[in-house]
Amino acid sequence: MMAERAARSTPAPLALRMRGLSDRAIAWLFIAPTMLLLLAINIFPLIWTVRLSFTNFRANRPNAEIVGVGIDHYVAILTDPDVWGPMQATAHFLFWTILLQTLIGFTLAYLIDRKFRGHGFWTTLILIPMMLSPAVVGNFWAFLYQPQIGLFNYIVSFATGIAPSSFEMLGSVKLAPWSIIIVDTWMWTPYVMLICLAGLRSIPDYIYEAAEVDRASAWRQFWSITLPMVLPFIMLAVLFRGIENFKMFDLVNLLTNGGPGSTTEVVSITLKREAFEKWRTGYSSALAIILFVAVFGLANIYVKALNAVKNR
Amino acid sequence: MSAILVPPKGLSTAHSVVEPTAFAKRLAATVVVLYAVLTLVPLVWIALTAIKSPPDSISYPPKVVFQPSIEGLCNLFTTRSRQTEEYLKSLPPPATVCDESARRNSMVVVSRSNYLPRFANSLVIAFGSTLLSVGLGVMAAYAFSRFKVPGKDDLMFFILSTRMMPPIAVAIPIYLMYRELGLSDTKLGMILLYSAVNVSLAVWLLKGFIDEIPREYEEAAMVDGYTRLQAFRKVVLPQATTGIVATAIFCLIFAWNEYAFAVLLTSGEAQTAPPFIPIIIGEGGQDWPAVAAGTMLFLIPILVFTVLLRRHLLRGITFGAVRK
Amino acid sequence: MNALLRKLPAFAAIAATGVLSLGSTAAQAQGKTITLCWAAWDPANALVELSKDFTAKSGVNMKFEFVPWPNFADRMLNELNSKGKLCDLIIGDSQWIGGAAESGHYVKLNDFFAKEGIKMSDFMPATVLGYSEWPKGTPNYWALPAMGDALGWTYRKDWFAKPELRAEFKKTYSRELEAPKTWTEFKQVAEFFSGRMIDGKKVYGTYLFTERGSEGITMGVSNVLYPMGFKYQDPKKPYAMDGYVNSADAIKGLEFYKSLYKCCTPPGLTNSYMGEGLDAFKSGQVAMMMNWFAFFPGLYKDPNVGGEKIGFFVNPSDKTTGSQLGGQGISVVAYSPNRAESLAYIKWFATPEVQKKWWALGGYSCHKAVLQDPGFKKSAPFAAEFLTAMDQVVDFWADPSYAQLLLAEQKRIHDFVVADKGTAKEALDGLLADWKKVFKEDGKMK
Repeated sequence: MMAERAARSTPAPLALRMRGLSDRAIAWLFIAPTMLLLLAINIFPLIWTVRLSFTNFRANRPNAEIVGVGIDHYVAILTDPDVWGPMQATAHFLFWTILLQTLIGFTLAYLIDRKFRGHGFWTTLILIPMMLSPAVVGNFWAFLYQPQIGLFNYIVSFATGIAPSSFEMLGSVKLAPWSIIIVDTWMWTPYVMLICLAGLRSIPDYIYEAAEVDRASAWRQFWSITLPMVLPFIMLAVLFRGIENFKMFDLVNLLTNGGPGSTTEVVSITLKREAFEKWRTGYSSALAIILFVAVFGLANIYVKALNAVKNR
Repeated sequence: MSAILVPPKGLSTAHSVVEPTAFAKRLAATVVVLYAVLTLVPLVWIALTAIKSPPDSISYPPKVVFQPSIEGLCNLFTTRSRQTEEYLKSLPPPATVCDESARRNSMVVVSRSNYLPRFANSLVIAFGSTLLSVGLGVMAAYAFSRFKVPGKDDLMFFILSTRMMPPIAVAIPIYLMYRELGLSDTKLGMILLYSAVNVSLAVWLLKGFIDEIPREYEEAAMVDGYTRLQAFRKVVLPQATTGIVATAIFCLIFAWNEYAFAVLLTSGEAQTAPPFIPIIIGEGGQDWPAVAAGTMLFLIPILVFTVLLRRHLLRGITFGAVRK
Repeated sequence: MNALLRKLPAFAAIAATGVLSLGSTAAQAQGKTITLCWAAWDPANALVELSKDFTAKSGVNMKFEFVPWPNFADRMLNELNSKGKLCDLIIGDSQWIGGAAESGHYVKLNDFFAKEGIKMSDFMPATVLGYSEWPKGTPNYWALPAMGDALGWTYRKDWFAKPELRAEFKKTYSRELEAPKTWTEFKQVAEFFSGRMIDGKKVYGTYLFTERGSEGITMGVSNVLYPMGFKYQDPKKPYAMDGYVNSADAIKGLEFYKSLYKCCTPPGLTNSYMGEGLDAFKSGQVAMMMNWFAFFPGLYKDPNVGGEKIGFFVNPSDKTTGSQLGGQGISVVAYSPNRAESLAYIKWFATPEVQKKWWALGGYSCHKAVLQDPGFKKSAPFAAEFLTAMDQVVDFWADPSYAQLLLAEQKRIHDFVVADKGTAKEALDGLLADWKKVFKEDGKMK
């Protein structure tokens, strides 16, 4: 079918001289390995997870009898007030990190696009936090946040005059979520900045020049040219950061381990505890499916919006 | 065209966005440099900690001026045990710098630590999975870009959606599956896993690049007698180099720094460095100089890679996912 | 660029091989090698030294796999659950006995002990109960007691000796400033030191465990709960917990721990366990520190706070006495292909001579020949305290589902003590409900 279409679309002399594997064969040859890999490592486990979510299987008792429990786990999760805590913690984290990273990242990109001398050098420097492992970053920032022996409190004290031991970032119920937000922003703002920078660079100069001729002010140029044309890039950055931060585990695990209490327990940590510490495999599978469906649904809506913006 | 480029002076108070004023540039420079410096302070602190002695690293209040020490590096690469004074006196004089450092603390070097093996595992697994995911990705991206594949948009979203499950969730069945297949705690298992996660990013990014390469080039090549496959290899791939390199950098950064899967699915044989570094213990507490040294050393390959190829990185962000 | 790209795979492969060969461990000697798995801490290094004797006597080489405590349980339980062959011998935490026995991870040692003449009566009863038996109180042995441990306390003897401090303390409390014996005394000492300037720095009274992730805060709070009268269950009726877990004594004890945490600990230690405690004590932030006896040999030798500067005391008492049990037993992994050699190691380890050397190197032997030796109490400045502690140890649940019980307590206690949620009564009532749910799911309760 594809070969026919290809043949029809190419000029007659070419059709006669086409050699080698047909386009259709190549298409399948090129796509198949990727699909196979994804099926094996992503889809098959996903289906297995769904199956497990209907049982009482526990991975630390492989020899015990497996009993089907229907939708018990799902009902338990959706009616359990303790599950909404982690959801809320995750939502709070998502909202603020995305907001801050987008604002700061875009501002930085815009400033760098002014193309001052040496901007390439400074851009590369700003990128460095992004290259570290989140787990290692979490470990080290936990050290930095220590009021007595860590640097953070002393710097804040230096800048504002509050005594270093009068507040603690990781241990206070109010400040702990912000500690994580600060670290995540420190790490990933460069990522958003890069994407916005690419967006800014992709706006052709002649559009600005035309606006110049029309005597548009800098503000107007910004609002009616720059922002709308960078918007798809910003939305893409938000999409990727959103998906990544929804799954966030390493950073929180090493900074606070969900504490104090359960203040910063994001859903990945709950999942890890249920699956790999309590070994309630069936239950944690159900939780994982619920989370996946939630993200899938939201991402679907978002990508449709993104495509709409793209195609304006 | 050039007449329009430079607005006549005095005619409009608008600043040209195309060529910012010197003042705007200076302001931008100040803010950006300030941000860069602020953001690098923690990194500088890590680097400083790497050359402190363990008591200095936990001093209260923190020390900015201190006597540098090689203990951190030595502790990173060795395991030591405490010995009695008599035993220490009976030993021959210290052979290496790290032996000396250990003796100063009444300890002897027992063996090499696991850091280098973990670092090596990271190299193998990260580069291996990057090669695999970029290789598979470029092929699939080419197919999606050039051919009419049924349900293309849905397949692309499906590929994206494989990124949406929290690793912890996927880890459960993968752990069970790998256990059955004997892939548990193997480098091959981890390479396959990371490739599967990265291939979605690779396909999306590379499709954007390949979309930008005009079809005419391949078609011209095929007119000249190349098969589709040859055209792919000789025409498209070289043109897509920038995109391939950029994609490779992103995939490498992910695989290099990945923690959750590594912690859950590996133990002795295939464990990479990220699970290892945060648990480097000194005498009871964390050996912060060793942790810092490990962190800095681990950063170097990625830093070198990225700096050398940074031009491609910027180009790489303009994926066709956004372009029409 | 093309050339570079083409060479990239080769380059990567060469680089990897190069680094790999750098990092390869020593070649295996001829003869068998068995692997022993334990946590990565000071006693493990001592065991490496000690095991050289076994290699010399038997010709079997020893390889060691040490995992730091925060990851030890995850890693090793993962290994056992996947029937992994990494470990031939494992020095597993006392809590794992129930699960390991019931799932067949450990080799049952009764027959071996009988054949080789190893008598459990040669070991301190508390250690046999805590590290070897499952079900508890029955003569079914799954491990040989290897490392005795309990929670104890260190204090800055040099600070306590300062004349001006001693005078002020005596004036305020009408007694001498010395290591506290009861919890009331403890609080007085802690309050006395908190916020005081010593040697130009502000110090605090004490360090307490507050770790959220694995078991830290539970271990810490248990040290207060046990002496104040907390019990896990009715001594006569297993799993009957009402009125024991949430008794008035327990509530009082929990509130007391929180009050100590709020008044007298350094700021920022909200998720801290063994390592942070050592950091805090060594850097001179606290006057007293709770930690496992296992660390005391290393602390005694510390250049900054060891020697004459450090003193030790056993867990203070209140209505009764009690110290949280730590320690581990050594077991043979059922999936090991080297069972004979592993059993030989255990036989060697159980002899009194080796046990004595174990203690000398810094390991805490559980053998009566060592602990009841007349010279033992003087052999180290913390030896007497260790003996007293081992006489009064209480352990957490060792059921197969201990992890769920532990995680429930971690959450409830941390929520109350650190995150200021609810009251002590609510925390303990909630904990009781959590534990009942787990035992019901397990079929241990109706």
